[in-house]
Amino acid sequence: MTSFSDRLKAWFGPEMAGPGLALIAVILVFGLASPQFLSAATFGSVAFQLPELGLLTLAMLLPILTGGLNLAVTFTANIAGLTLAWVLQANGGADAGAGAFALGCILAVAVGAASGVVMGLVIAFTRAHPILVSLSMMIFLRGLGEFLTRGGDVSGFPAFIGPLGHGSIAGIPVPLIVFIVCVLAWHVLLTRTKLGFNTYMIGSNLEATRYSGINTRKVIVLVYTLSGAMCAIAGIIMLARFNSVRIGHGESYLLITVLACFLGGVNPFGGFGRVIPVFVALIVLQLLSSGLNLIGANQHLATAVWGLLLVGVMVLRFAASKFKISFVRKGT
Amino acid sequence: MHSFARTHATEVALLAVITVICTVLSFATSNFFSLGNAFDLLNTSSVNIIFAVGLLVVLIAGGIDISFAVAASVVQYGTAIALGWIGGGGWISGLVIAGSIGICLGAINALLIHRFRVISIVATISTFNIYFGLLMFFTKGVSIYDLPEWLTDRVVLFEHEMADGSWIEITLPVLVMVLCVIATWVLITRTTTGRQLYAFGDNPEGARRFGINIGAMQFIAFGWLGLMAGIGGLVQAHYAQEVVPNALYGRELDVLAAVVLGGARLGGGKGSVLGCVLGVLLVAITQNGLNLMGVSPFAFKMIVGAIILVAITLSNTSIERLFPFASQKGARR
Amino acid sequence: MHQLANTGGSEKPLLSLHDINMTFGGVKALKNVSFDVRPGEVHCLAGENGCGKSTLIKIITGVYRPADGASIEYDGETYSHMSPVTAQDRGIQVIWQDLALFPEMSVAENIAFQTVLGRWPKLVDYGRMRKIATDALKRLGITLDVDLPLKDYAIAQRQIVAIARALVGQAKLVFMDEPTASLTQSETDHLLDIVRGLSAAGVAVVFVSHRLAEVLEISSRITVLRDGALVGVYPAAGMTQSRITELMTGKTFDQQVRARPRGDQPVVLDVKGLSRPGQFDDISLTVRRGETLGITGLLGAGRTELAQTLFGMLKPAAGTITLEGRPVHFSSNRDAIKAGVAYLSEDRLSLGLIQPQSIADNLVISSLGKIMSGAFLSDERKRRLVAGWIADLGVKIGRQGDPISTLSGGNQQRVAIAKWLATDPKLLILDSPTVGVDVGARAGIFDIVSKLAETGLAIILISDEVPEVYFNADRVLHMAQGRIVGEYDPRVVPLAEIEGAVYA
Repeated sequence: MTSFSDRLKAWFGPEMAGPGLALIAVILVFGLASPQFLSAATFGSVAFQLPELGLLTLAMLLPILTGGLNLAVTFTANIAGLTLAWVLQANGGADAGAGAFALGCILAVAVGAASGVVMGLVIAFTRAHPILVSLSMMIFLRGLGEFLTRGGDVSGFPAFIGPLGHGSIAGIPVPLIVFIVCVLAWHVLLTRTKLGFNTYMIGSNLEATRYSGINTRKVIVLVYTLSGAMCAIAGIIMLARFNSVRIGHGESYLLITVLACFLGGVNPFGGFGRVIPVFVALIVLQLLSSGLNLIGANQHLATAVWGLLLVGVMVLRFAASKFKISFVRKGT
Repeated sequence: MHSFARTHATEVALLAVITVICTVLSFATSNFFSLGNAFDLLNTSSVNIIFAVGLLVVLIAGGIDISFAVAASVVQYGTAIALGWIGGGGWISGLVIAGSIGICLGAINALLIHRFRVISIVATISTFNIYFGLLMFFTKGVSIYDLPEWLTDRVVLFEHEMADGSWIEITLPVLVMVLCVIATWVLITRTTTGRQLYAFGDNPEGARRFGINIGAMQFIAFGWLGLMAGIGGLVQAHYAQEVVPNALYGRELDVLAAVVLGGARLGGGKGSVLGCVLGVLLVAITQNGLNLMGVSPFAFKMIVGAIILVAITLSNTSIERLFPFASQKGARR
Repeated sequence: MHQLANTGGSEKPLLSLHDINMTFGGVKALKNVSFDVRPGEVHCLAGENGCGKSTLIKIITGVYRPADGASIEYDGETYSHMSPVTAQDRGIQVIWQDLALFPEMSVAENIAFQTVLGRWPKLVDYGRMRKIATDALKRLGITLDVDLPLKDYAIAQRQIVAIARALVGQAKLVFMDEPTASLTQSETDHLLDIVRGLSAAGVAVVFVSHRLAEVLEISSRITVLRDGALVGVYPAAGMTQSRITELMTGKTFDQQVRARPRGDQPVVLDVKGLSRPGQFDDISLTVRRGETLGITGLLGAGRTELAQTLFGMLKPAAGTITLEGRPVHFSSNRDAIKAGVAYLSEDRLSLGLIQPQSIADNLVISSLGKIMSGAFLSDERKRRLVAGWIADLGVKIGRQGDPISTLSGGNQQRVAIAKWLATDPKLLILDSPTVGVDVGARAGIFDIVSKLAETGLAIILISDEVPEVYFNADRVLHMAQGRIVGEYDPRVVPLAEIEGAVYA
């Protein structure tokens, strides 16, 4: 039993307590409140909504682990989506072939990564605060996108893209499959690779990591590059789901991605945090909004409840640490 | 002057940049360099400057606040409703109500941060979502257009026609903005409380050992920003002549960028009212100039973003090389 | 040696503590401690890290509240506990080890902080603030521009500012917690003069320092604590450093010169004419296989800069570095590590180890290549590598995944050494390896160093404590103002001669 719980701990880490409890609470509360909650319909709506927010959250996670932040995630996704849209339009719009789509995806990921490279270089070489660098990148990309699209929609894509946003394989939505693959990739990256190891170390103490012989600048540039590339994947999925690209799509997700990371037990100062608890936190957020929908509330109320949930988890963590201290004191 | 340049390197650099931009714009456009345009700039920047000086106080105390802009929207609705209850009101009662609601919303942040030890970015991202979600939920996204007349009437305190036919106007928003700027300046440079805020932001543990009331510092900083958000919200409603629930959504990050451009430091202990105002003005002047030069409005933000990115990159690398007199190491042994 | 005229005599004590008990999370930090200070005396509080010195200071200054039954008699009044406000109002001041200053604020504000910034909101009187600050500095015989931000000044001047601040409030009793830890010798001498001046003016000073030579020079009485309990109070006259060490640790130390001849071994490191303007100049040295080369000298002599240059973190302006016969040019410390150079930083807390992260991760960070299995890191390999080093170096740990910060200074330093040994170095540079390590645990560190030398590792041992290099190195170089000014063989030259040269 102990070894089993040890193994569980090793898998999930101490960060799991908050999102895990929230997950159980949400399932219990809504399961009791609404008979339709525990149904395939709920699963379906969560499964289709989760990937967009989820992919952007993965893009936010890596910079937060280094003690930074990437406020440009949503607009990087938009610009990457725009890149794909243009490649498709330049190759015949609705008649574009699979080759054009593949080329467009590659270019979209390249554009997303490029935005990350620029931020990474500025952060790594000037030590400017990541919040400021990514904030100005965000303002720049928003302006660039609005300038290029004149604030309008870009649409008219070949039909075969649709399934990427709406289709299912063996009953599992395609976007969810893409998302889960990305979650696993991030999990392996963070737990099994040198880059992941160094990401955590830099988050705790950059100078000491540099003294240990790690190329900290390279790690930071790579982290923001990967973050940008992940934004691009989110942008492609968003293009397929809405069948259009508009600058500002998903803008409201920006601070939710940060909220999801914190809810998933990621340390706001960097250095600690795991992918799986963040994944669970994302499911909690989506279940909450689906559940609230079922009982007649709208997405705005769900947003407010998300905020309350984060406050609740933080207050509980504070109370738990207080309790632990007083328990230790009394115990001896 | 030498000493001012050394202790206020950021402000001097900003002034230099603004001067360069203004000089260029004066030659590039026919009507940038006019008093009329200058006052126009002040009128349009008032709300952002009010928000900025409020945010400055929180940054100085070592915090950050993402929620103030949506808090200002909440204030707009709350004030509009409260004014309805009291049957109209006037500027004084409006400002008192808006300020009070703003202070309460700021105090919620301070409570989370101080009492429950939630770090400020986490706390304010939560309250951002709570305030905005609840506001949209209860208002159902509906705007208010039937505001009291005193609130929507333009108040021109001073006007004068120039020889070239342009008008100089000082409107109420500018007066309110100037009062907020002066009040903030007095608070953070002339009162012991303000200096304690700096000390607390600079070295929280040191401040604690000297018996500074940490809780009071958080409540004063976030309360002040709440007050400014409330006042700014009311002024914005006056300026726009309507209350739209998501009108200020996203404004928080623009203001944050401008304040930090003005030399405030994320992490606390540093920043000045002058730098903060110059930071907002730099962005406003750039936009205004681009507009007069006939650049597409869609390109403004892109260029402004690029300028901020370059400014931040430069200020972190070579400000000492650009302005040797600003060197910090001059006094070392 | 200076002798103090004012030794306190049999006057009534200014401060007298009885029955002080303090418990943290179940651990007794102080057990029935008594302590007294006489007016105008310089009293030293000695003990290893964690013996309760800081806790005692925090109780006297009101930061902590002692367990019931305590009595604090101060200047004619008796308290069961202090508060920071009472302590400050009654003239008790502390100069904390970290100084607790405000770098972004002006010197004047830092000095006059308590007096002018008061507790209730009011307008700031900048004129009065400047005057208070200038007067306080004048009392110390120092002039600084009080309008400049404190960050413009170097650490020694900041120390002065901290002292000036303590003197503003009519101090009667001043605590100084490790005030000389980051000062050079001449700055330390100046500080000790200031302490003597305070004492002569009737201010009692409680001095906490790990530099026992200073302690003996400055204080009239010494109170020794061990494991939270009082060992005793001793007059400084007639005490020796080794006697204090014995009292602090409860063990006797019999240090032997470990130097052995290594002239027959092949040269590992050969440095010729190495220079960096303003830091060090024309340094030439060799280290042989299995040899421990000691480098000593005062703070600011260029030792750390030299070490960082050998480690590839700084670039030399002139000169050559030859490693095992091959000339090397490092463009970063990664090149140096690959070539077999390891550098244990003097600043373990912020540069040597990553404090919040785990013991295991800290140990493997520089040798990740060894725990790879294919393209991925292997937990199993990591666990085995860490377990091996933990056993080899005798590190006492709970679990490998515990944060490194949960270990004692000595055990942390062992992990730091293991981290570098895991990179298979040919040359190990140890920069002040005993900083923040208890006296009792230091011998263990040097036992490891000695064993490593036996295996053929070339070692450079840097320390500003001459005895450390004297007893543990095969040869000792003396660095001063960026140059090597002397070389000594510990088997031939007595310790006092080297100390005389270094501290002169």
